[in-house]
Amino acid sequence: MTRFRSTLAAGAALALTAFAASVALADTTLLNVSYDPTRELYRAVNEAFIKDWKSKTGESVVIEQSHGGSGKQARAVVDGLQADVVTLALQGDIDQISKAGLIGADWQKRLGNNAAPYTSTIVFLVRKGNPKGIKDWDDLIKEGVEVITPNPKTSGGARWNYLAAWAFADGKFDHDEANTKNFIQKLFANVPVLDTGARGATTTFAQRGIGDVLLAWENEAFLALDELGADKFEIVVPSLSIKAEPPVAVVDKVVDAKGTRKAAEAYVNFLYTPEAQKLIAHHYYRPSDPKSADPKDLARFVDVKLVTIDDPLFGGWAAAQAKHFAEGGVFDQLYKPKTN
Amino acid sequence: MAGGHGLALKRPSAIPGFGLALGFTLTYLSLIVLIPLAALMFKTASLGFSGFWEIVTAPRTLAALRVSFVISFIAASINVVFGVIVAWVLIRYRFPGRRLLDAFVDLPFALPTAVAGIALTAIYARNGWLGALLDPFGIKIAYTPWGIGVALVFIGLPFVVRTVQPVLEDFEREIEEAAASLGASRRQTVFRVMLPALMPAILTGFALAFARAVGEYGSVIFIAGNIPFVSEIAPLLIVIRLEEFNYAQATAIAAAMLMIAFTVIFLINLIQAWQRRRFAP
Repeated sequence: MTRFRSTLAAGAALALTAFAASVALADTTLLNVSYDPTRELYRAVNEAFIKDWKSKTGESVVIEQSHGGSGKQARAVVDGLQADVVTLALQGDIDQISKAGLIGADWQKRLGNNAAPYTSTIVFLVRKGNPKGIKDWDDLIKEGVEVITPNPKTSGGARWNYLAAWAFADGKFDHDEANTKNFIQKLFANVPVLDTGARGATTTFAQRGIGDVLLAWENEAFLALDELGADKFEIVVPSLSIKAEPPVAVVDKVVDAKGTRKAAEAYVNFLYTPEAQKLIAHHYYRPSDPKSADPKDLARFVDVKLVTIDDPLFGGWAAAQAKHFAEGGVFDQLYKPKTN
Repeated sequence: MAGGHGLALKRPSAIPGFGLALGFTLTYLSLIVLIPLAALMFKTASLGFSGFWEIVTAPRTLAALRVSFVISFIAASINVVFGVIVAWVLIRYRFPGRRLLDAFVDLPFALPTAVAGIALTAIYARNGWLGALLDPFGIKIAYTPWGIGVALVFIGLPFVVRTVQPVLEDFEREIEEAAASLGASRRQTVFRVMLPALMPAILTGFALAFARAVGEYGSVIFIAGNIPFVSEIAPLLIVIRLEEFNYAQATAIAAAMLMIAFTVIFLINLIQAWQRRRFAP
């Protein structure tokens, strides 16, 4: 009997501790829902923020990360994933969350630099020695060149690939849209595989040996060199590329319900501090405040002419999305049924 | 007379609890199967019939549906032939390693489909073990519709083997012996005596493998090239529509898949019923 009672007491104590622990966790756990290639970056940033928050407030905070395709992550948040902070690849994805009423419509004005603490661009990854002599976008439409890019329909990064190519062709053909479309069509005719995400495309190119050139996020290309060997691949920077601004936002509805607004806001603001900017540059993202970064890290970025999404050519995300990537848009028109 | 009628309604049964069991079954099926499907149909219905028809008959959708259903049908057919042979070998012969081989059959069930897709792609890509052997002959498997077929054969195999196996195990040798003693040749015994008896199980295995293949996404997207009109499967098109936040279109394609799959499975059931009548003892 006493044994039973002590077991019961131990059980109750255990349940109580578990409960207390979950309460203690509940008010200091932040969930950062992010896109695919930011794993390594946020692992480093989180560690720094936890230290910073502890020294400033004495509170300990736990940060959980979730990664996946940017659009899929946005849908998960819309459908109820309790994200305190979203750090996605496309402005359009955060706009969708905002449209669902979870984030205030003015989110992009709340933080500096269009709410993008870092930017990135699109570069080419080619096989060592560049056997096909690929130097610029022009070379991608040559016969016999195989280009690897993920599907712009399912991958945020691939949309930047596509838009960068579009910007180049637009300049080359002096704003002639028919010729620009023709250029893009030829480019995608050279794409043998459309993976669904950026990491999948990197695997296809690097591990399966498919293709002559991979269109990739700059940070993903550097990471591929680090992980897969600088003796196998090299980076080629084209004459013109696009300035990708992956934005961040606090999810208002969630932080107000959970009572985590203070920590969540501190977290996104932390991304703009010199300490975080230094980490950002170290992880191959272009910092919004280069002064804080290590010059050695900055030296790795090649100066390249960058077009932004707000350029009149695109007219912002909403317009670009509707014109190019919506159902029946320009991208869908590239693919025609086989006539046989 | 009225009393007699009431009695007829409440026929005594040897097993009690019919009401409770039926109630439970209906509730359970509703929660797990019917309500989610109803939600799907409901979302699709918001398009109206003309909207639905327009989406489903769009060239891109038709191409994706064709790729999914045709390749699934071929893969299930291949699995029927080789699945029955595997089941036959595992049941009828005794050899060392038989139990291990038997356990291998279930692996496609247990393996996460993404892992299966990546593994198959690694092997069949042109720098993979098998891909490198086939490449000199100009045969490409990975990133073509053939790759989709390979993945679907892989995931469908256990369905055929595991439905045919128990029936084959129960198949009495006396029947074969009787056929032989009545003058049937080996070939006649197999095709006129055994296969008709195995047919219902084979058809069930086919239907299961086919249904599984049609809905497969995880393994296929890694090995297919995912090129529209060539190697884009219908489930991928659904995901693409979801990425466009176009829920109505996604559900319309899903509903179309469901209807086609239901029709095929219904036809298979009809064939089974016809079979049963024809070969009933």
